[in-house]
Amino acid sequence: MREPTWFVWSRRIGLTLLTVFALLPVWIMLTTALKPLGDVQGDFSWWPSTLSFDAFVQMWRTIPLGRYFVNSIVVSVIASVASVVLALLAAYAVSRYRFAGRQLFSVTVLSTQMFPGILFLLPLFVIFVNLGETLGIDLYGSRTGLIVTYLTFTLPFSIWMLVGYLDSVPRELDEAAAVDGNGPMGAFFRVIIPAAAPGIIAVLIYAFMTAWGEVLFASVLTDQSTRTLAVGLQGYATQNNVYWNQIMAASLTVSAPVVVGFLLLQRYLVAGMTAGSVK
Amino acid sequence: MITANPAPEAGQKPDPGLLPGRARPARRRRRQWLPYLLLLPVLLAELLIHIIPMLVGVGMSFLQLTQFYIRNWTEAPSAGLNNYRFALQFDQASGKALLHSFWTTVVFTVIVLALSWGLAMMAAVWTQRAFRGRGLVRTAFLVPYALPVFASVITWSFMLQRDNGVVNHVLVEQLGLLDDRPFWLIGDNSFIALVVVEVWRLWPFAFLALTAGMSAIPSEQYEAAALDGAGVFRQIRWVTLPNLRSVNQVLLLVLFLWTFNEFTVPYTFFGKSAPEQANLISMHIYQNSFVTWNFGAGSAMSVLLLLFLLLVTTAYLFLTRRRRDA
Repeated sequence: MREPTWFVWSRRIGLTLLTVFALLPVWIMLTTALKPLGDVQGDFSWWPSTLSFDAFVQMWRTIPLGRYFVNSIVVSVIASVASVVLALLAAYAVSRYRFAGRQLFSVTVLSTQMFPGILFLLPLFVIFVNLGETLGIDLYGSRTGLIVTYLTFTLPFSIWMLVGYLDSVPRELDEAAAVDGNGPMGAFFRVIIPAAAPGIIAVLIYAFMTAWGEVLFASVLTDQSTRTLAVGLQGYATQNNVYWNQIMAASLTVSAPVVVGFLLLQRYLVAGMTAGSVK
Repeated sequence: MITANPAPEAGQKPDPGLLPGRARPARRRRRQWLPYLLLLPVLLAELLIHIIPMLVGVGMSFLQLTQFYIRNWTEAPSAGLNNYRFALQFDQASGKALLHSFWTTVVFTVIVLALSWGLAMMAAVWTQRAFRGRGLVRTAFLVPYALPVFASVITWSFMLQRDNGVVNHVLVEQLGLLDDRPFWLIGDNSFIALVVVEVWRLWPFAFLALTAGMSAIPSEQYEAAALDGAGVFRQIRWVTLPNLRSVNQVLLLVLFLWTFNEFTVPYTFFGKSAPEQANLISMHIYQNSFVTWNFGAGSAMSVLLLLFLLLVTTAYLFLTRRRRDA
């Protein structure tokens, strides 16, 4: 079908502007991180005067970035893996069984997604502090507290996406597995999980990204030693407006793994969202 | 996310082994506990982190939970409805501040929603048909969504610096649109800055959802419309938009809830205290709770916020569903 000329031109101009808008911060992050300190203290320039990797070396010393990194990795990895395991079990139940309360379960879990985070934050803070005071369970300021919190956050969306995936795995596979003498859990592990692997990976990335970028709960539930990147970098940026090259180098470093992972697997992620949303 | 749970009752092949009605009795009895067992871990996690804290939060809103009682909340004296009165006294400073923050959030949400959806819709229409470089453009659009929020917002705050930021460099020195370099992170401009960054962050998600929705529209519908002489706009009006109705129904609700509850962007931008012009409701409650340590009042405000969102969501679902049936 032929497209009118004005449409083609509007598309060229519009998409160019939108691409610039979308990628401008990435350009700034990249070039600023490669600038020597002198460059970022004066007027803005689009290019570094000389290429300098100092910022990537110095940033580890200016703030305890290494510790933030370890905290973020530990919390995000454990929370996302645990979240996907729990979500997978639940999604299998919702996708393959008709049981009383199925609808109620879906609605309840999904509706927690709409609640403002701040609503849970205050009570969780108070509960964590008081558990420490009365029972000696130190959840406040610990990684465990944060892990449990994050894994729950990603559950609703993970379950929703996984149900979409599992529904698209043909039932004939279940039946074939049953014929081969597998029980329901055997079929689940031997047939369903391999068939839904791309979806599971997509959900894993989603859960990891959510935990990696979370700020609200991390700002309150962590202390000096358990601070995550999200909170640590924010504090660095607001109190210290001099070392912008280091701040940008750090931002780039924390973004790179997530962005690369996302872009490599975007096909699966997009398919996962489609499975849930288009039906 | 709330209604779109793909409940595939219709159009699904019944599975003799698994559907209770058709299963052999012995098998059925053995299997029926299995789904509940599978759900148990999720239910426990939800109970611990969502449901119990929510109930505790409602309880806290009736307590005089100030800094003296946070470590032993059982001793906090009852406040009755005082926290709600404190929040809703619109002739007092506290009530005025909450009302102001609420309206700021409403205006913010409406503008962000309109811009994000509009940009996403244009981009999705532009990229609907294949052309050279489409894959690259789509990938570029997803980058803002893939970046960790805090990292990109920190970058934006550098870009919006008055003296060495790129925004003022372009506006003042390169384009000459303004005579003097404005401040972007304080005063009236902070609201504009917040809107721009929020739209930058949010529209890729809308783009993703709309693109997915559009890819499911059969091309015969466009061909038929073109045969009838429909141009680009009439094709959008009569083919694209009607087909996107269910995607839009969920998408707009999700965007609304995310934007209305937005905290990460303003917090990363402004730290613990946002300028009055950009003081979104979540920030306002956070500040009221953790800067003044008045958790009772903070909880009361959170409960009011939840009630408001429940009301809007219910009304929205009711209205959109009725229109769909009609």
